[in-house]
Amino acid sequence: MPYSDKVIDHYNNPRNIGSLDKGDASVGTGMVGAPECGDVMKLQIRVNELGIIEEAKFKTFGCGSAIASSSLATEYLKGRSLDEALEIKNTDIVRELSLPPVKIHCSVLAEDAIRAAIADYQSKQETAK
Amino acid sequence: MARAIYMDNNATTPVDPVVMDIMLPYFTEKFGNAASRNHSYGWEAEEAVDIARGQIAAAINADPKEIIFTSGATESNNLALKGVAEMYREKGNHIITVQTEHKCVLDSAKYLEQHGCTVTYLPVQTDGLIDLAVLEAAITPETILISVMFANNEIGVIQPIAQIGAIARKHGVLLHTDAAQAFGKVLIDVLAQNIDLMSISGHKLYGPKGIGALYVRRKNPRVRLEAQQHGGGHERGMRSGTLYVPLIVGLGAAAERAVAEMPTESVRTLQLRERLYKNVTSRLPEVYVNGSLEHRLPGNLNISFAFVEGEALLMGLNDTVALSSGSACTSASLEPSYVLKALGVGDELAHSSLRFGIGRFNTEADVDRVSDKIVDVVTRLREMSPLWEMHQEGVDLTKVQWVAH
Repeated sequence: MPYSDKVIDHYNNPRNIGSLDKGDASVGTGMVGAPECGDVMKLQIRVNELGIIEEAKFKTFGCGSAIASSSLATEYLKGRSLDEALEIKNTDIVRELSLPPVKIHCSVLAEDAIRAAIADYQSKQETAK
Repeated sequence: MARAIYMDNNATTPVDPVVMDIMLPYFTEKFGNAASRNHSYGWEAEEAVDIARGQIAAAINADPKEIIFTSGATESNNLALKGVAEMYREKGNHIITVQTEHKCVLDSAKYLEQHGCTVTYLPVQTDGLIDLAVLEAAITPETILISVMFANNEIGVIQPIAQIGAIARKHGVLLHTDAAQAFGKVLIDVLAQNIDLMSISGHKLYGPKGIGALYVRRKNPRVRLEAQQHGGGHERGMRSGTLYVPLIVGLGAAAERAVAEMPTESVRTLQLRERLYKNVTSRLPEVYVNGSLEHRLPGNLNISFAFVEGEALLMGLNDTVALSSGSACTSASLEPSYVLKALGVGDELAHSSLRFGIGRFNTEADVDRVSDKIVDVVTRLREMSPLWEMHQEGVDLTKVQWVAH
């Protein structure tokens, strides 16, 4: 299976691998996928007082395209407001990484992970109020 | 950059250069049709085919007349199942096979189910072996054929063919075995093992692609087949079509060489496999072997590296080594390996599996280089795996509510 150069680059040099403290109120965590399906993505954001995503981290169990999709998602997220982050679409990832049709689900998973992380952050803020 | 080490010898093998040299004249100056009875070109080709038939027969303790040339094991398996089912229809319509067979056996069996046969697909135990008591209990008065592969293509597990042969004989049922993986790697004796039909392939044993054979027993009992391809009545009428002499010559030479080298080569490849296994398991935790290590082809190892995904693994490895994975992402069907599933391996571990096929041209240095690279890539991917992180934190992954998609 041929991979695009960008997928290979993200696979070899993944951006923003790691974990943030999921107990921290300024951190939102999204975990999507299932091991039996062959991919699980964990995406975390840290949001500052101005509502801007300062930091984004990921860990992914999955194929190279899943790793690249989540790595790219963390790059997209940094510096965005939450509203701007929700504008990130899976098709942006497909286009940037030149994902073939069989790998589109990887980009969908990354979009789901972004939404799940934002929702987790927002629900934490709600509870804190 | 040097090419990746080839360690996918269960998928295919290169033609041995010695075999290639023997084949070459039959493409050009010795190009005759083996069915041309009236001139020296034909005689020369026929003689070459006879020699190859003899080499293959000698490798399995058969008579040369019992060897039918085909295009490969897929065709042999199709011919065996469909040919027997059609020929013995009046005797019965029940076939017994196994869930872990190659797709060409399973799909031939499914085809026959649509054409009036009933098929029992035997389960396997967690080590990949069938339970002989379950096999025997599945035999009915309608049973005409048992088809059990000699060695599995994914996990290399060797079925107890001699015992299966004894059971088949006791009940007067024919035994077919797909020996595409086993032929030339382990001892096969069609008489001692009571095999009635056996499929073999050229390209799994350092012979050419596009050639195979079906052993069809002629005595005690005489097995008859309904031809699936009609024409000039070649191959005792069971498989028409001009014999592909250069490939047949190659298959014969490859078979003779494989059998001659088997005593040393099986020991050598087994040692390499044990070295690979030790190299990897001594340096990585959470590594699981799929299928019996004891009843297994010497060069095959199928292992799962928990918490990392197979395709991602291969992506990290493919500059160093060519391998296969049971991960869904590497298959056309997007389903993880049905063979591993039949063993009861969970989908998550099936996604994490790699198949190593150590062959004639692999060395100890290859094994060491591949092991080092595997340890590197698995370690790196585990560092980025949320599952590995959870496992380290003591989370029981089976108890997690996953958001499946």
